[in-house]
Amino acid sequence: MAEQRDLLSRVAGLGAGALEVIEATGRAGIMLFHSIATVPNPRTALPLLAKQIYAIGVLSLVIIVVAGLFIGMVLGLQLYRVLVDFGSEAALGQIVALTLNRELGPVVTALLFAGRAGSAVTAEIGLMKSTEQLSSMEMIGVDPLRRIVAPRFWAGVISMPLLAMIFTAVAICGGWLVGVEWLGVYDGSYWSAMQNSVEFGEDVGNGIIKSVVFASVCIWIAVFQGYDAEPTSEGISRATTRTVVYSSLAVLGLDFLLTAVMFKGF
Amino acid sequence: MKTRTLELAVGGFLIAGLLAFAFLAIKVSGLTFSAPADSYLIYGKFENVSGLTVRAKVTIGGVLVGRVTAIELDPESYSARVEMAIDGNVKGLTTDTSAAILTSGLLGEKYIGLTPGADEEMLAAGATIRDTQSSLVLENLIGKFLSNQLNKEPTE
Amino acid sequence: MSASGNHVEIRGLTFRRGSRAIFDDVDIDIARGRITAILGPSGTGKTTLLRLIGGQLRPDAGTVKVEGADLAGMSRRELYEARSRMGMLFQSGALFTDLSVYENVAFPLRAHTRLPESMIRDLVLMKLNAVGLRGARDLMPSELSGGMARRVALARAIALDPDLVMYDEPFAGQDPIAMGVLVKLIKSLNESVGVTSVIVSHDVPETASIADYIYVISNGRVIGQGTPAEVMASDSPEVRQFMRGEPDGPVPFHYPARGYADDLLAGGVPREAGRG
Repeated sequence: MAEQRDLLSRVAGLGAGALEVIEATGRAGIMLFHSIATVPNPRTALPLLAKQIYAIGVLSLVIIVVAGLFIGMVLGLQLYRVLVDFGSEAALGQIVALTLNRELGPVVTALLFAGRAGSAVTAEIGLMKSTEQLSSMEMIGVDPLRRIVAPRFWAGVISMPLLAMIFTAVAICGGWLVGVEWLGVYDGSYWSAMQNSVEFGEDVGNGIIKSVVFASVCIWIAVFQGYDAEPTSEGISRATTRTVVYSSLAVLGLDFLLTAVMFKGF
Repeated sequence: MKTRTLELAVGGFLIAGLLAFAFLAIKVSGLTFSAPADSYLIYGKFENVSGLTVRAKVTIGGVLVGRVTAIELDPESYSARVEMAIDGNVKGLTTDTSAAILTSGLLGEKYIGLTPGADEEMLAAGATIRDTQSSLVLENLIGKFLSNQLNKEPTE
Repeated sequence: MSASGNHVEIRGLTFRRGSRAIFDDVDIDIARGRITAILGPSGTGKTTLLRLIGGQLRPDAGTVKVEGADLAGMSRRELYEARSRMGMLFQSGALFTDLSVYENVAFPLRAHTRLPESMIRDLVLMKLNAVGLRGARDLMPSELSGGMARRVALARAIALDPDLVMYDEPFAGQDPIAMGVLVKLIKSLNESVGVTSVIVSHDVPETASIADYIYVISNGRVIGQGTPAEVMASDSPEVRQFMRGEPDGPVPFHYPARGYADDLLAGGVPREAGRG
């Protein structure tokens, strides 16, 4: 009897949890809809967008470039060690470029982005909420969804693919630095093996599509968690943590799905 | 002044992103913008194309001259019809050019190697190469080798 | 617009947060061009009332009509339109922390008008001058004292010359000078342009000194109303207790609890707590 009740309450808890998730998703969807469904006035929207691209994109540039350089160098070093045993170190450029374009570029950028820009956006919006800035904006008759959320959302969607491409380009150069300059792979074969195997549409294009998808999801989670945060200091810190955790999980899960769809012919 | 530095930074960022895109397009994936414009199609009929894929390389003497653009089954002869886009600069393909499906390395990817002949006439766009050599199917080779061995033994 | 002289009419308002009723069947009229004060102890949902009037919250029952139009029936867009004719002074000031004082006051003007920059400048300086902070226009909100922040917020709230200005605890936590300044500002704003003012407060003397009409709210109900003199002279013990600031009375000093003696005994006597 007690066991049954225990089981029942557990099932009920599971159901309540599921309902909560569905409800939050609904709220997030409605918020996104209200934020971006209307065409903004370019006179006021563009300066706001520029400011957010600065905060979200430009300020993430350093971490992206540094991380890209190191990841490219590590790839060059590791792959060289493996390839040289088979005498096929000429394929280094090809493997480095394919890995980066298809997977590492979009995924690592998205993870870094969630940690660097996503958490900052959540904390900023959460703080605005707790200091009644969002309320007062509403009372002034300006929709905070359009004024605060929309520019950040678009700035994220624009910035992240650019960051991902910069990351990939820098990392390929990092691989070149280690492989060619340091370990002595022939320069011509590094690039020509790459050019022969990397397909613009298939690899570079799909990588960009991936990063656009990751960007939308990460920044959506970030603005929603900020907007939906409990307006207290613990609430904001919880929301910031959730942004990073949910974004990272969503990126990795979506990456598997997108890879399965995009590269099924391979 | 403050908005100016902001705009400069954002503009620099956007340009850096576009440069990275150009780098990925040109230096990494070797995209050339003139290629699709002046290339011409030729066809080849093969008994067996197993392992050959669309976008596989077409080479002459190991130099890349084009790509496979389509592979389909010829409904009359039940052989494979391979469509190849050849770089417009490559004009010296004679009518007796032969095409073979080759493998790069022992287990590498399949590609088509063209060997120009000595004929006077040139291959026109849309023409079909008759002299073809199908892809080597390793399983068949091993199978043949084994059955030869088995056939030999009882006779001895 | 509305036939009656009331700017805001609240009828049968009920609002719950969880199972707790913040308001229970409340009727309030806010007369046009007058200063109406809503007084009541802390935690009686006075701020909630302002949010209901601003349409940020929806009542569970009853209606809130502003200018004769029911807020609940409005689309998102109409609601924002209606809000642009209201000004609200938040308790914390709620200035936009990433904008300077000047830009904060200019914000509503930029959002709702297409005035040329020179005109916006004139208007902003006028509003800042009215609150005595014209010289502070280049400061950031973090550089202001609490009283100054509230005055900037007031300048921002009146930037669009609203018909209705709501003050959320304008006097709370202010030193006597700042309080005097705010009292004078609210009064002169009401007298000079005839703006309808709603003050939510628990600072009785200051509020009573400028209000035309007072509602006293406690436990989700209106327990007294009238002109300041009438309310002061009210014979309702609850109202009298609040207006005079007596520590104990009908509004109990103690948070609801069971008997003191019971409570003390419950800890020491081993018996099933709370069941007896």
